[in-house]
Amino acid sequence: MPVKQLTVFLENQTGRLAEVAKILKDEDINLQGFSTTEARDYGILRMVVSDVKKARQLLKEGGFTTHVADAVCIEVVDRPGELYRILDILANRDINIDYIYVIAGTRIVLSVSDVERVEGILVENNIKLCS
Amino acid sequence: MANDYWEKEVETLSRDKLRKIQLERLKKTLVNVYENVDFYRKKLDDAGVDPYNFSNLDDVEKIPFTTKDDLRESYPFGLFARSMDNVVRIHSSSGTTGNPVVVGYTKNDIAVWGNLIARQLFSVGVREKDIIQNSYGYGLFTGGLGLHYGAELLGSTVIPTSGGNTERQIKIMADYGSTVICCTPSYILYIAEVGKELGVDFSKLPLKMAILGAEPWTNEMRKEIEARLFIDAIDIYGLSEIIGPGVSLECLNKSGLHVAEDHFLVEVIDPQTGKILPPGKQGELVFTTLTKEAIPLLRYRTRDLSVLNIEKCSCGRTHGRMKKPMGRTDDMLIIRGINVFPSQIEEVLMKVKEIEPHYLIVVDRKNYLDTIELWVEVSEDVFSEKMNDLENFESSIEHKLFSTIGIKIDVRLKEPKTIQRSIGKAKRVLDRRKGETL
Repeated sequence: MPVKQLTVFLENQTGRLAEVAKILKDEDINLQGFSTTEARDYGILRMVVSDVKKARQLLKEGGFTTHVADAVCIEVVDRPGELYRILDILANRDINIDYIYVIAGTRIVLSVSDVERVEGILVENNIKLCS
Repeated sequence: MANDYWEKEVETLSRDKLRKIQLERLKKTLVNVYENVDFYRKKLDDAGVDPYNFSNLDDVEKIPFTTKDDLRESYPFGLFARSMDNVVRIHSSSGTTGNPVVVGYTKNDIAVWGNLIARQLFSVGVREKDIIQNSYGYGLFTGGLGLHYGAELLGSTVIPTSGGNTERQIKIMADYGSTVICCTPSYILYIAEVGKELGVDFSKLPLKMAILGAEPWTNEMRKEIEARLFIDAIDIYGLSEIIGPGVSLECLNKSGLHVAEDHFLVEVIDPQTGKILPPGKQGELVFTTLTKEAIPLLRYRTRDLSVLNIEKCSCGRTHGRMKKPMGRTDDMLIIRGINVFPSQIEEVLMKVKEIEPHYLIVVDRKNYLDTIELWVEVSEDVFSEKMNDLENFESSIEHKLFSTIGIKIDVRLKEPKTIQRSIGKAKRVLDRRKGETL
């Protein structure tokens, strides 16, 4: 099962990220992990939350532009070489990763174009998925 | 419907007969201002124009121009040709950039105005059974009361909502079944936006037409409005100096605004030399009022740019058509020596499907160089989790702007609803070179 990743458009302005965090906090939505990418005067915030549907609705009401996309979420064993092992499997199958980030625990989120295929490959290789 | 007229004879006069009427009325106007307005007596004397022996309409080019500054300098009533005994109404501009422009109307002026509006509404198919929601501001601004009396004279039902309180406007529109709305093009877009949020399905409402004016708007904006509200969007033009709304209106052909030539003499001039340009050439619109009593104006320079077409229209009307004004001469931005009209930018922008029709042009000067940015809002239609998508989106608009206008315009993506919505005239340009701030 892919994870539903919620993305938010943010203008590069003081307090915008705090505003997002507040909206989630006020409704008791847990933020399990996130990453940001910035351009000249805006950025995008990608996150995994406990209730995507509700979070998206709240953010929309708060005037944010949002997007939801599937991503692969993997439980990584916490020991040297583990990330390499996973990436090597994917590289050998010619799979390009658009971006990757760590979320709470030892989980990582990968964005790829064919989520289903990548999940299949990972399962074949005994890598634990989470959603 | 298009062949139905409010006043068939005058709307379909031959050009010759129209010119005869114009000459007769111009002569009366010249005498009126010569005898009653010091400013014009002096002007006509200086120019050697004898108001009692004016016999050729082509001699209009000998009459000096009137400018907005002339009106401001004669604040408040210096150009009035009637005393307050005969003036029944005053309107004025907001005067944010100097003395307000003040205009007055006699009883007859008010009657003429109402009749013009009724004639124009009739020409686009508005009838007694229509319910007109008039969302132009009521008050000193000519838009509200101008449309109001014309619509009543026509016999339609008028709902004088005035501007603002958008949710209530939408509720009234739906509950009372408004068939026509009058407002600015930027306000109808805001109504569409708020309506969508409220879950209103505009395709199911009785609304069929919007009469939109008081700010320049492009044909691309028209398409956007018509598609969002499932209506015909009709351009109305006017300025309080001349009468207010009612100077010209598009017919259903939407191929130019018919100027009420029996009441206004229209010319297009070269704004630099002041020479009259032939039909088909773009220049500045100049109007002379032919029947106004309280404050007749001779050759008033509007600073609006347009093109005149005096061919008979397929709707049957002979009154000349002015092309949708592309903006005012003073709206023109000079960016590193290149002339740019906000309407050119709007035209390009409105062709981008995913973009919301709200924008702001921000001009500044950095290190002695002019900079120009276009602020647009990111909608969910363009937004994804990939940075590349946004960057490509930005650069594709920049490319389109560059290939049409020829200058590099920096596109800046903004969060939804951060660009100010307008209930009246939209502010499309922020020129920081002039010290303007948000």
